[in-house]
Amino acid sequence: MFKDYFRIPWKEIRRRKLRSWLTLIGVFIGIAAIVSLITLGEGLEYAIEKQFESLGKDKLFVFPKGGTWGIGSSDLLDEDDLEVIQKTSGIKIATGLGQGFAGFEYNDFIHYGFISGISTDPEERALVWDAQTYGLQEGRLLRDGDKFKVLLGYEHSQTNLFEKRVELGDKILLHGTEFKVVGFLEKIGSPPDDQAAIIPLEAYIEVFDSGEELNFIIAQSTLGEDPLKVAQSVEKELRRKHDVDVGDEDFDIQTPEQFLESFSVILNIVQIVLIGIAGISLLVGGIGIMNTMYTSVLQRTKEIGVLKALGAQNAHILYLFLVESGLYGLGGGLVGATIGIGLAKLTEYVFVLAVGPAFLEIKINWIFVSAVLLFSFIVGCLSGIAPARRASKLNPVDSLRYE
Amino acid sequence: MAKVLIELKNVWKTYTMGDNVLHVLKDVNLEIDKGEFVAIVGPSGSGKSTMMNQVGILDTPTKGTVLLGGRDVSKVNESKLAQIRGKKIGFIFQQFNLIPTLSALENVILPTIFQNVPEEVRDKRGKELLTLVGLGDRMHHKPNELSGGQQQRVAIARALVNDPEIILADEPTGNLDSKSGKQVMNMLTQFHKEGKTIILITHDTHLVKYSYKTVYLKDGMIEKIEKKH
Repeated sequence: MFKDYFRIPWKEIRRRKLRSWLTLIGVFIGIAAIVSLITLGEGLEYAIEKQFESLGKDKLFVFPKGGTWGIGSSDLLDEDDLEVIQKTSGIKIATGLGQGFAGFEYNDFIHYGFISGISTDPEERALVWDAQTYGLQEGRLLRDGDKFKVLLGYEHSQTNLFEKRVELGDKILLHGTEFKVVGFLEKIGSPPDDQAAIIPLEAYIEVFDSGEELNFIIAQSTLGEDPLKVAQSVEKELRRKHDVDVGDEDFDIQTPEQFLESFSVILNIVQIVLIGIAGISLLVGGIGIMNTMYTSVLQRTKEIGVLKALGAQNAHILYLFLVESGLYGLGGGLVGATIGIGLAKLTEYVFVLAVGPAFLEIKINWIFVSAVLLFSFIVGCLSGIAPARRASKLNPVDSLRYE
Repeated sequence: MAKVLIELKNVWKTYTMGDNVLHVLKDVNLEIDKGEFVAIVGPSGSGKSTMMNQVGILDTPTKGTVLLGGRDVSKVNESKLAQIRGKKIGFIFQQFNLIPTLSALENVILPTIFQNVPEEVRDKRGKELLTLVGLGDRMHHKPNELSGGQQQRVAIARALVNDPEIILADEPTGNLDSKSGKQVMNMLTQFHKEGKTIILITHDTHLVKYSYKTVYLKDGMIEKIEKKH
């Protein structure tokens, strides 16, 4: 019996192909938008989460307040702060970094990018390496005793920055000082990172005349300690040293988890707004279904009369029309989900080609897709309630006479 | 005495349009016995269709009572009425009224869906009936692939599918050529012989030769009832 309430409406939908397709278009635009936006958002979140996982959740980042990564902030951290952090209980190791924005000159061309000064102590350098997820493409790492040596970002090994690639052993001018190229980093995927350079902190202090100032500090908590608790201890110690009250801190401590959280919050807000807009288009699609169903009820008035003469009760007619409009919703959902997934995959393809694989990795969430299909069926059914009720309440005598 | 199947007692049907009150049926009394072949005949405007709606329990009277198997239909709710209609009465219409999206077989078994007949039973029955009306080779054709006569035979099979006591035929030959019309009337005669109650509504007085009782309607009233012996 149940099957008949799907088969009969299905045949009706196929009878009026053009009208059915037009009705479906109204639905699948909204569904495609929702599916592609959510899939893309999840892909972005997944890729970022993977990045953070590879840098390890036991890392802590300490910045001066006001400037992300220490750029543009007035009160920088200094060597004393680093010492305080190193002595805080639960901290295994901590290292300070300098970071500046300066000109890179080579082959008579100049480009501007970030230069980081890092410690050449093997353990501290390893921490930076981990926390920044750097990888070496060719050459060697900075080592103890290096001074005017530089590791260049990936793009320097290409021809786009200076019209020819920089070779290992070449000299390059950074902020007016000559450095010898000892290695290239692996591609990270974001242009600012791939156009940056890493030099020993000692050289950084000299070139940028930064004295004891540090742009940020990276620390690692001892194995077994809760990184969030350690972060709180560090905050307390620094507050004492800076002599500030809770809430007036001139520094900021972040753990990867907090980072991820604030990123998720932003992403969720963006998604909610976009899905809201897609939802409006779905509403319009629903109204389209309603319109189609009203037309259908009118055109089939006589058929409804016949069905009633043949023994169909009001509920039977109601089901037939509800399922028909539900099928419009489901059909729109199927087409829309397919298009949406296709769009997300296409975006991923273009994105990876353009900036690399770091920030987007599309996973198809079948539970979500099933939920969307169910949702679109329900939207269809809801749109059909009023027309179906009208159909079911038709008087058999009048409808039989209707031409 | 034969069992009374349908009884109309002092039935009035009145339509009000603005200030105009139109009495379409005026105090009609009629008994139809089980197993009868009754023709209800009258010119257009005589109240034939309204009479059919009353007899076929598609409508309830403004005044008076309609009894089906001794049960007052005006006291039954609409859903129950539909159920009784589907089970006890098979309708045959002038314009066949097949559902265009469904095949001949699907049209035939349509009334069984509303009576919750199991799938195996109804498919078998549908095929038997289509074979009976000579359309065994047309089961999967759509109505628009069939001639008028063939469509009406599909409709006849449909009317029989729930094995109703009554077959109510409203101008069944009105849209058919004389050969097909004759075929349809012969089928109705055959079903009557097999014990069905046949009610034929027509303006065509030539058809009264098939019936045993003829009810002549005029201006909403029964003019006369003729019986053959």
